[in-house]
Amino acid sequence: MNYNILIGGEAGQGMKTLTSVFSQMIHKRGYFLFTLADYMSRVRGGHNFFQLRFSDDKLYSHSDNLDVIIALNQDTLDLHIDRLNENGVILADDNVKSDDNRLVTIKARDIAKDVGNTRTMSTVLLGALFKLFDLDDTNLKEIFSSKFNDEITKQNLESYKRGQDLVKPKFKIGKGNKTEKLLINGNQAIALGAISADMKFYSAYPMTPSTSIMSYLVTKMKMAKIIVEQAEDEIAALNMAIGAASVGVRAMTGTSGGGFSLMVEALGLAGIAEIPVVIAVVQRPGPATGLPTRTEQADLKFVINASQGEFGRIVISLNNPEDAYYQTARAFNLAEKYQMPVILLSDQYLADATQTVDIFDLSKVKINRYIEENPKEDYVRYKLTENGISPRAIPGYHPGVIINHDSDEHDENGYITESAVVRNNMVEKRAKKFTLVKNEMQEPKVIGNENPEVLLIGWGSSYSQLTEAIGILNAEEDIYGALVFGDIWPLPTKKLSDGLANAKKVFNIEQNYTGQLAGIIREEIGYKINNNILRYDGRPISAKEIVNRVLEVE
Amino acid sequence: MSNNYKTYETAWCPGCGNFSILNSLAESLEELNIPSYQVLVVGGIGQAAKLPQYISTNGFEGLHGRALPVAAAAKIANHSLKVIVTTGDGDSYGEGGNHFMHNIRRNVDITHFVHDNQIYGLTKGQSSPTSDLGHITDFTPDGVINKPLNPLVVALSLGAGFVARAYSGEKEQLISIMKEAINYNGYALVDILQPCVSFNKINTYAWYKERVYTLEDHDYTDKVKAFEKANEWGNTIPLGIIYKKEGKSFTDNFEFLNEQPLIKQKFQSDIVENLIKEFI
Repeated sequence: MNYNILIGGEAGQGMKTLTSVFSQMIHKRGYFLFTLADYMSRVRGGHNFFQLRFSDDKLYSHSDNLDVIIALNQDTLDLHIDRLNENGVILADDNVKSDDNRLVTIKARDIAKDVGNTRTMSTVLLGALFKLFDLDDTNLKEIFSSKFNDEITKQNLESYKRGQDLVKPKFKIGKGNKTEKLLINGNQAIALGAISADMKFYSAYPMTPSTSIMSYLVTKMKMAKIIVEQAEDEIAALNMAIGAASVGVRAMTGTSGGGFSLMVEALGLAGIAEIPVVIAVVQRPGPATGLPTRTEQADLKFVINASQGEFGRIVISLNNPEDAYYQTARAFNLAEKYQMPVILLSDQYLADATQTVDIFDLSKVKINRYIEENPKEDYVRYKLTENGISPRAIPGYHPGVIINHDSDEHDENGYITESAVVRNNMVEKRAKKFTLVKNEMQEPKVIGNENPEVLLIGWGSSYSQLTEAIGILNAEEDIYGALVFGDIWPLPTKKLSDGLANAKKVFNIEQNYTGQLAGIIREEIGYKINNNILRYDGRPISAKEIVNRVLEVE
Repeated sequence: MSNNYKTYETAWCPGCGNFSILNSLAESLEELNIPSYQVLVVGGIGQAAKLPQYISTNGFEGLHGRALPVAAAAKIANHSLKVIVTTGDGDSYGEGGNHFMHNIRRNVDITHFVHDNQIYGLTKGQSSPTSDLGHITDFTPDGVINKPLNPLVVALSLGAGFVARAYSGEKEQLISIMKEAINYNGYALVDILQPCVSFNKINTYAWYKERVYTLEDHDYTDKVKAFEKANEWGNTIPLGIIYKKEGKSFTDNFEFLNEQPLIKQKFQSDIVENLIKEFI
């Protein structure tokens, strides 16, 4: 059992409520969900849609094929009807016109008006939708009550009931899963990961599609005893996180590519002053303003190379919500162990896709601070050590101990210097730390055949589509495997080198124009990947598209 | 010089107003009896911003213009530290103008000492946001045509609760203003006039001597009078606390921070477990 529903209309037509109520009801029945959000950068009007895919088996990504379209306006029908399966259904108000025999119109607007609240029009459609799948209305009342007051809840329940009476069951659904799961998106998972790692300070400037990290955290300030501060700009956002981290609290910021451009100066500060800070970069298509609400993976080379000068930084690309949770928590340990910035690289697809995942296990999150508890009076912040890591103490608690951080080149005390000898020592000290980090990078995740004839390579959120694509490909012939990078800088190369040596054909899959990972692979290990499957229109690549393009070349 | 607060050899020009500011800060902290390991001095980049390197407190020398966000967040993270920003007019009002504006609004309990010499020293003699109209520099051969920024008026307009003007040549008064500013709960701005003996040939010790005077019988709780005094610039320049009003600072708004600083808050695994479960 595997269904895919599209709900489309103008911003402000109640699509979000419909999607949210339907998702929650499906979730509470124990089905797996994958919800894709496709919205325009505007508050009213335009064309926006959500795709809700649900199944009694684990779902990894969205799908292009549709079983039901809920068209809140004419555009939705016109734009998506080509993707509707032959036995699919379009549910719409009777102002939507088509001679397609899959269209079922109901007088949703009139019914909503009759009930006394035209805004419940989408709820009439929800009722019809539930009837199509023969789902009962358990939990419906509590879900409405959690969103609306008594009067509006009553109107919605009435509209729902009236919608139910208008259609007949059509689709069969299997049994849901009894195990409790989470229904969560990538940004929420990052936020929970940060709280689970004892992050206490988050400063950011709102920027789509990263904003929902902050909007989640801000609602938990009092309960979690954290401070979330909206900075005046991204320059301040990262400088604030650095300031908080410099006195010993775990601190983080989040943004998208444009905001990260403003943070680049402070990224270098974290590098030379050796301050542990975590930065979530949730990509959208650039450059400049680009496509604000859409998805892309085109900031990989940017985050790896950003800032003047040379210093180490760790880049972890996030594969899915579970990965986002555990890797965000791990990022704080890495940042503090190596006293360097860690960048979490996500994208709009992962940020906004709400998915069913196993419950996050807090007991698996380890908090290792690497803080010197009893510094002596001869303590110096940038002590030259064999491995380049200086003991890190916190100011304010040790009489006689003074801690200096410096953005200038500095000596062991943190005082400005232009000595050539000290400069060499400090450059080498910072470089040594980065060499150490390489041993700690996690190898890419292996999907499908472990020793494949055809090897697919990807990173970040493409894990979703690649997992599904490999499943489809291997159903025909078990010769396909994928390596999907999470840790990406410094690039772990063991499995990659082995895979490239053994595969007969290699594909690089990325959502950008230039094939950035392929470029990095060539730079790091000298292997040129000839087959690139790239997409850069701001829409997420789908598993089906990957399958088709792989088979085309073969 | 005191035993507690040491100062170190500097890279400043002989006769620079920065010396008096450095020594006054050390004496103020000494007189206030604050242990030096509990003080954090944050600078940006510039001649004035080197001060954290020359005093035996914790120091953070950040980026040009970015001292305020670092200092504000450090104070939020551990409000048991005394956090002081010492940096120049170019750093505070030019490169860091946006942070200046918004940290007044944010009102974290930090003290901002601006070494205002109306010129760029480290980059050798360009005009600054506070250079007077007509000021001739190598970079403005026909004189400055951009109107000067009045930091005191800006601060008052944005609701700053402590606004003062001092002069590096009046050390005793400088120390007394510094002490009040450090003790003030909230963002405190002290614009410290300071001759630059190398690059500013206009606003010299002699120039100031003719113009500065100490405010007497000034009601610094009266905002209208404060604006009047903040605007006084020319033949006479008033020194002293221009405006002061007690109130809550940023961290006072969070009940959980009244118990202990953010850094001392214990990790609450039961709360985190519940937050995860909210997504079931």
